[in-house]
Amino acid sequence: MADIGTEQGRKGDWVQIHSTVLPAGQRSPAVPPETQAVPLEMRVKGFLDHDAAVGDEVTVTTAIGRTLKGTLEAVNPPYTHTFGPIPPELVHVGVELRERLKGGGDR
Amino acid sequence: MSAAQGLKCIVVQEVFDSRGVGQPEILEKGRHCEAYGAEVLQLTVGPELFYVFLAILEETGFFNASLYTPFGIAGIETIGAEIAEDVKRREGRFPDVVVITHAGGGNVTGTARGLRKVGCRAQVVGASVDLSGLHMASDRDFNRKSFTTGHTGFGVPFATWPDRADVPRNAARPLRYLDRYLTVTQGEVFYVTEMLARLEGLERGPAGNTSLAAAVALARGLDKDQIVVVQETEYTGAGKHHYAQLNFAKEQGIQVRRGDPRESKPGESTVIPERPEQIKVTDFDLNRMRRSLIRNAMEGAGAKSAGNVELDFLAEETQTDRAFVKQTLGELGVSVNEV
Repeated sequence: MADIGTEQGRKGDWVQIHSTVLPAGQRSPAVPPETQAVPLEMRVKGFLDHDAAVGDEVTVTTAIGRTLKGTLEAVNPPYTHTFGPIPPELVHVGVELRERLKGGGDR
Repeated sequence: MSAAQGLKCIVVQEVFDSRGVGQPEILEKGRHCEAYGAEVLQLTVGPELFYVFLAILEETGFFNASLYTPFGIAGIETIGAEIAEDVKRREGRFPDVVVITHAGGGNVTGTARGLRKVGCRAQVVGASVDLSGLHMASDRDFNRKSFTTGHTGFGVPFATWPDRADVPRNAARPLRYLDRYLTVTQGEVFYVTEMLARLEGLERGPAGNTSLAAAVALARGLDKDQIVVVQETEYTGAGKHHYAQLNFAKEQGIQVRRGDPRESKPGESTVIPERPEQIKVTDFDLNRMRRSLIRNAMEGAGAKSAGNVELDFLAEETQTDRAFVKQTLGELGVSVNEV
């Protein structure tokens, strides 16, 4: 299996591809100008059908077996969303509320 | 669900802005779906998502597991029925008020129908996060909000014109059921999300807690023995968490501070209350929404006049009566042929 961040993908690697669904200028007339000015893009993950480098046009077989085309964007793409630190604006809330409940209420 | 049934599943999401920056809540939802073996198509901002979605339905012949089919609604009805029956079992009577987070309308419609099916006539209150001023189809505004559902950006347009969705006729028609529609601010929901974890030991993603924030404020105006049920439907995980959402908001240039949540402005600032007393609700004018639905329905049908069938249908659609519908149609200049 490829490591995270590898630029070269091998057949069978789990990858992410990118494609343009609608180019800028062909967007729905209902969307505001800032959205009109950019393309509608799509990203999807799948198993690479053939050896390729990031940036190459490729086909993948998705998790349910469909074949999709696009530009190879990442090999073994990571999930990067996190919790992050406790926001300072929330860190005292629990203590404040417990203090308010002291000596009264049901608990 | 599909995984357990051995069915193939495709999920289409609106995830990124044009910089490729993904909304944490949606990234997490995508990861969750991929973990169950779904093919997840992740799009940039825009309502053309529906076009992509319909094209895939046509191409694959897959079943449209839309939130807006009668099947989707029926699946939520059980929540309403359970709420009423559980409260009756524990307290000997039905709840007085049920507060439901409202966005596309399915949650309100399904829950309210479930309540009614078991004979519970509790007041049905919808609650949304106020995102006024932000455009839901804007590439810029997309990542300047901390809530991707349960907000007025969906709550208002879908209530006043349900048939804008991915089905020919939407089964989610919330104005048929809503007795009150309340808005709260983003900061208030983050505050009660923290409160829920610290005081009740329930850690949940913020979007579902919109109803909780509204209920906290609402409960102050009720008698001590009245029962309010908060219908909460969110899970939690990295991204789908108030810490993640607030950190992300700061990265997008949103000012986050403690203070009076009334001072917040969607897309510019999020204000976390300093005390529970600062949590307040704002009543959205349901009659204005009802008039809007009637106007949209007449325009959508291209109708210049209305008879008994239309009057009764629109009265049902808006939970009003013929008199209300006739008055509204009169204001719109639509002729009425009542017999």
